[in-house]
Formats: sequence, C-alpha cells, structure tokens
Amino acid sequence: MSATDWLSAGFVSAGTVFFVAGTIGLLRFPDVYSRLHALGKADNLGLGLLVIGLAISADRLLDVVHLVLIWLLVLVSSATTSHLIARNALKRGVSPWTRSDR
Amino acid sequence: MTGFHLVVALLLLLSILLGLVRVVRGPTAADRMLAAQLFGTTGVAVLLLLGRALAVPAFWDVALVFALLAGITGIAFVRRHATPTAPAEGEGPDVRD
Repeated sequence: MSATDWLSAGFVSAGTVFFVAGTIGLLRFPDVYSRLHALGKADNLGLGLLVIGLAISADRLLDVVHLVLIWLLVLVSSATTSHLIARNALKRGVSPWTRSDR
Repeated sequence: MTGFHLVVALLLLLSILLGLVRVVRGPTAADRMLAAQLFGTTGVAVLLLLGRALAVPAFWDVALVFALLAGITGIAFVRRHATPTAPAEGEGPDVRD
C-alpha cells in the first residue's frame, strides 16, 4: 500500500468513527433535539471525511467533483430537514430535555 | 483496498441496523423520522464505498439520488405532520405519532 492509500484509509476510518458516534447518539440522547444534534453534525462530518478519503485515491478529477457534489447535496438536504423537524417538534409542544428530567 | 472498503461498508450497514432500534422505540414520530434521516446519510456513505470497492460508477449516481430523496422525505414528513387541523382533500386516515 502506498502513502496515498494509507492516508485515504485513515480518512475513511475516521469518517466511520463519526458515523458510529452519530448512531450511538441517536440511541442514547434523551430528546428529539439532542438526537438531531447527533445526526445533523456527526453524520455529515463523517460523510465529509469519507468523501475526502475516497477523493484522495480517486483516479480522475471528475470523480472528485462527483464526490464533493454528493456531499454538498447531503449537507443542504440534511440542514434543511433538521431545521424543519426541530421547528415542527417545537410547534407540536415537544419540550426540550433539561437536567431535572433525569 | 477493496477488502477494506467492503469491511467499512459492512460496519456502516451495522450502524444503520442499530439505528432501527430508534424506529421501534420512538417515542414521537419525529424520532422515527430521524432514523430515516440516518438511513439517508449512512446509505449514501455505503453506496460511495460500494461504488469504489466494486468499481461500479453507477452506485455514485444512486448515492446522489439517495441524498436528494432523503431531503424530500424529510420535507414531505413535516408537510404532512404539521397540519393537524386542516387535512388536505382526499387524504386517508391520519397516522400521526
């Protein structure tokens, strides 16, 4: 394996760690807002690292553009839906978790 | 590298399976929707890895469609979920929460 391959594998592994952390956050956090926070940030950062990892070992420039385009699309759609879901939950009276709810 | 990418894809698939627990436990519809968002993001990652590992470029196009559909699913959910008083004409029985 060349140095590029190692670097690529490192980024992909780091991305996977963030994905797993996002899933654990989704299961462990107490209310819908904190779960949104786990998903919206950890997963998109994980995907970003994974895209960097795959882009490093890409053969053509077109592949890199393709990967970055997918990541940007995921970012935009995830930010929009996260905001909508949080606003919807707030409107429907889901109260945010506080320390006293423990 | 092919084997490594396949192993990572398998790990991500397992993390999607773990996320299914949230669909079962809820408690609100929004929590279940979050699990669907997880499928969207992680599904895109799995498709990117598979596209590279199996050398099938079409998987990356499928990933693009997945990313788009994940957004549309979320917006459709909020549109349907956010109008408790005035359901649109021709809608079936409500399935909130």
